Amino acid sequence: MSSASRLDATFAALSDATRRAILARLASGEASVNELAAPFAMTQPAISKHLKVLERAGLISRGRDAQRRLSRLDAKPLREASQWLAEYRQFWETSFKRLDGLLNELKTTAKKRKRRPNVLSR
Amino acid sequence: MFYPDSFQVSTPSDREIQVTRDFNAPRRLVFDAFTKPELVRRWLLGPPGWTMPVCEIDFNVGGTYRYVWRHEADGKEMGIGGVFREILAPERVVATEKFDESWYPGEALDTTVFVEKGEITRITITVLYDSVEARDTARRSGMERGMAAGYNRLEELLGALRACSTVGI
Repeated sequence: MSSASRLDATFAALSDATRRAILARLASGEASVNELAAPFAMTQPAISKHLKVLERAGLISRGRDAQRRLSRLDAKPLREASQWLAEYRQFWETSFKRLDGLLNELKTTAKKRKRRPNVLSR
Repeated sequence: MFYPDSFQVSTPSDREIQVTRDFNAPRRLVFDAFTKPELVRRWLLGPPGWTMPVCEIDFNVGGTYRYVWRHEADGKEMGIGGVFREILAPERVVATEKFDESWYPGEALDTTVFVEKGEITRITITVLYDSVEARDTARRSGMERGMAAGYNRLEELLGALRACSTVGI
């Protein structure tokens, strides 16, 4: 998967409150479907559906043992998504600081122009 | 005097991301700095290490703009372009936006508003993620809404995950 489509999958997976709660739960350790379903008023198949979405987005991996399919968090896509957001912020933040400097320069030029209108209008 | 503390990134709705910042300059100057290519290329550069070899702006309704940034160290380039839909100098500019290597389907619509308050000019850039493609394809538009909602919740979730501290984010 390209990094752009992986970001899409990550953000889509994160758009659901239940899935975010599942991820927060998994951050403290592996869990079975039963354990994950317990805090929600949801059936096991409904939770399994959410787990499939998270697995496809690469946010979790699931064990092979059919009896107790443990889910565990994979933090890498989250790090990538978080980094993207941080980069977006940083892009604007650093650009705007530069713009502060440029605006000061433009204001000084504008003042000079006002002081010497005859020189510049010629 | 600088106003870096006024910088904010927020998500006013499912499909929008909004950037706000105050500048200590008259609105006319700030407006020029956002719309004249010789000025834009001097500040819209992001983190150090990037240059802006292409900055073309045909500042008319229906006119196009094109920006290309280049990371000098590795030669990586990133391009973006669009069409001006609305121009109300020095108050408001609406333009479409599309990255060359887009991470979202279709185009986004950027609205930049310039409000003067005494000596300060506040700019608000709202990016509305939408597209004909997204409208036509329910799944894709659902994905897009999901992505914007993702921004809303990502920080919150990362906070929760950091609290658990086992994932090393």
